[in-house]
Amino acid sequence: MAVLTLAQAITDALDTALDQDDRVLLMGEDVGKTGGVFRVSNGLYEKYGSARIIDAPVAESGIIGTAFGMAVAGMRPVAEIQFMGFSYPAYDQIVSHVGRIRNRSRHRFTAPMVIRMPYGGGIGAAEHHSESTESIYAHTPGVKVVVPSTPYDAKGMLLQAIDDPDPVIFLEPIRLYRSVKEEIPDGPYRVPLGLARVLVPGDDVTIITYGAMTAEGRKAVAILAQEGVSAELIDLRSIVPFDVDTVVESVEKTGRAVVVHEAHRTAGFGAEVVAQIQERALFSLFAPVQRVTGWDMIVPLKLAEHHYVPTADRIVAAVGKTLED
Amino acid sequence: MLQILTPEGELVGDPPVDIPMTRRLYRAMVAARLYDRKATSIQKQGRLATYAPFEGQEAAQVGSAAVLSPDDWMVATYRDAAAMWMQGYPWELLLAGRTGHERGGSPPDHVNVLPPSITVGAHMLHAVGLAWAERMQGTDRIAITYFGDGATSEGDFHEAMNFAAVFRTGTVFLCQNNHYAISMGIEGQMATETIAQKAGAYGIPGVRVDGNDLFAIYRATSDAVERARRGNGPTLIEAVTYRLGPHTTSDDPTRYRLEEEVEQWRPRDPLERVRRYLETNQAWDEEWQKLIEGEEGAVVERAVQLAESLSAPDVDDLFDSMFAEPTSDLENQRRLLETEGG
Repeated sequence: MAVLTLAQAITDALDTALDQDDRVLLMGEDVGKTGGVFRVSNGLYEKYGSARIIDAPVAESGIIGTAFGMAVAGMRPVAEIQFMGFSYPAYDQIVSHVGRIRNRSRHRFTAPMVIRMPYGGGIGAAEHHSESTESIYAHTPGVKVVVPSTPYDAKGMLLQAIDDPDPVIFLEPIRLYRSVKEEIPDGPYRVPLGLARVLVPGDDVTIITYGAMTAEGRKAVAILAQEGVSAELIDLRSIVPFDVDTVVESVEKTGRAVVVHEAHRTAGFGAEVVAQIQERALFSLFAPVQRVTGWDMIVPLKLAEHHYVPTADRIVAAVGKTLED
Repeated sequence: MLQILTPEGELVGDPPVDIPMTRRLYRAMVAARLYDRKATSIQKQGRLATYAPFEGQEAAQVGSAAVLSPDDWMVATYRDAAAMWMQGYPWELLLAGRTGHERGGSPPDHVNVLPPSITVGAHMLHAVGLAWAERMQGTDRIAITYFGDGATSEGDFHEAMNFAAVFRTGTVFLCQNNHYAISMGIEGQMATETIAQKAGAYGIPGVRVDGNDLFAIYRATSDAVERARRGNGPTLIEAVTYRLGPHTTSDDPTRYRLEEEVEQWRPRDPLERVRRYLETNQAWDEEWQKLIEGEEGAVVERAVQLAESLSAPDVDDLFDSMFAEPTSDLENQRRLLETEGG
């Protein structure tokens, strides 16, 4: 057992997978000699060499298209896109090939690969470095989209993603890379993909979120507790598949729900969550489901970013709306 | 431009194969043409979705695929049925993709040919990854990718050539320059004299061959495959050929090219020059021609019957083909379709 940050837990998962399975390799921009711009692959180049920790040219389509070929031929590539905002040149590969090959070949060829993408704002980064456009990938058939928010989940889910027989987009909340720490087991363990987790149990309202917004959710739960409101906090951990059962079970108990994400509002994943809640649990609701989201604008730069990224106060305010008579 | 057999059927270099092998490859080109014409004709009867004919490009496909080992990888396009068939992809499955059955994308287990790429250019990168993975796994399998002149305008052409060059993957890039990207002639697509010269930008060999010359294409591909297999990296081959037919059965080429231009290419037919060469060497007569046309035609007919006899995929096949195990989302949606009807 060791106390690791979320970033270190991912390093640990990569190290474990590389050590256990010769088919696993890591490819991306600056992942080798520098250990990645977030140092997530620190030490792996020295340990596994340039044949398995591959510093790729700056070409996202090239990275994903090549990794796809490797996966089809029996390898288990982990491809890193340096920031989610740089993933769009590779989108054609993902939507036209990675998510399609099992279907278009009726299982004859498959692409068991992981696409890691650091995502999200809240750190005052440069333009394009704060994107949270996971809806694009959730809307893309044939790929799973998962988002850990704790070091334990990050390691267990990444190991599970590498084992998965299908392509998995693995989103890493930049804001949580070093701000959360916990004790996690040495060696391999796996966390199933597609299951939400109740982070904090409660009775009065359900707050549904994922990734970096779990931190704001936790703060909101604490503020609400002081006000005498018992909020249940759910970390989806995976948006494809979406664990609607856990969400519905909670909403049937609390009768109120707030969905939180930092992605743009229109057609954000929250819209899907709200739609499925009303399909399955409309008559359990005491109030309309609220959304706390980023806006339909380019993520503002450092000085005004706080107007965009949801905060605990905004979540508390939205919960307040569900509690109005 | 490398040429070994002139349009008149005369040798101007050393043939890379002997007479019996030349007869086998000629027969394969005859089979490919019969398939292509049959597919075009049944499309006109409404039995196939839009079809992309390759008439005129038989030598480029047959001559290049002939040099591969049976388990080499091939990543090709919707106009490369002859190359894919040479590498073991059955005619009936190539047709099934056009009758509208997903089964068409699923070749037999021993056939390392990906289903034809419909998007232009992206698939070249796959041949880089495939060859790279084979080297990592210690095999000497190589990967060949087929694409047209149009695909060289895509960014993925650059990325694939660059990755293959930087990592020295065993990839053969076979460009069939058939002079048109649908309606756009080659002169509107690029400012370079040739496609082969683009290889220089990546530090790899680029070879320009008469793509209607079976022997030239065989020789060039053979050299490139050997180079790839030995671990010496990729090669770009530009096979200069011509699409005698339309882009697809939905296309009207008279809107963008003159019939006189097409007529200039007919005497350079890839089959006729081999036929003349074989005849000169007492290895062709009309009786044999009729025999092979009969036999290969019957194979194509059976393939059409097989493709058309496939029953439509059922609902479960659709939901079960997205992932190894359907996700909870898909299971919920399957139940919805069952209750809503569909």
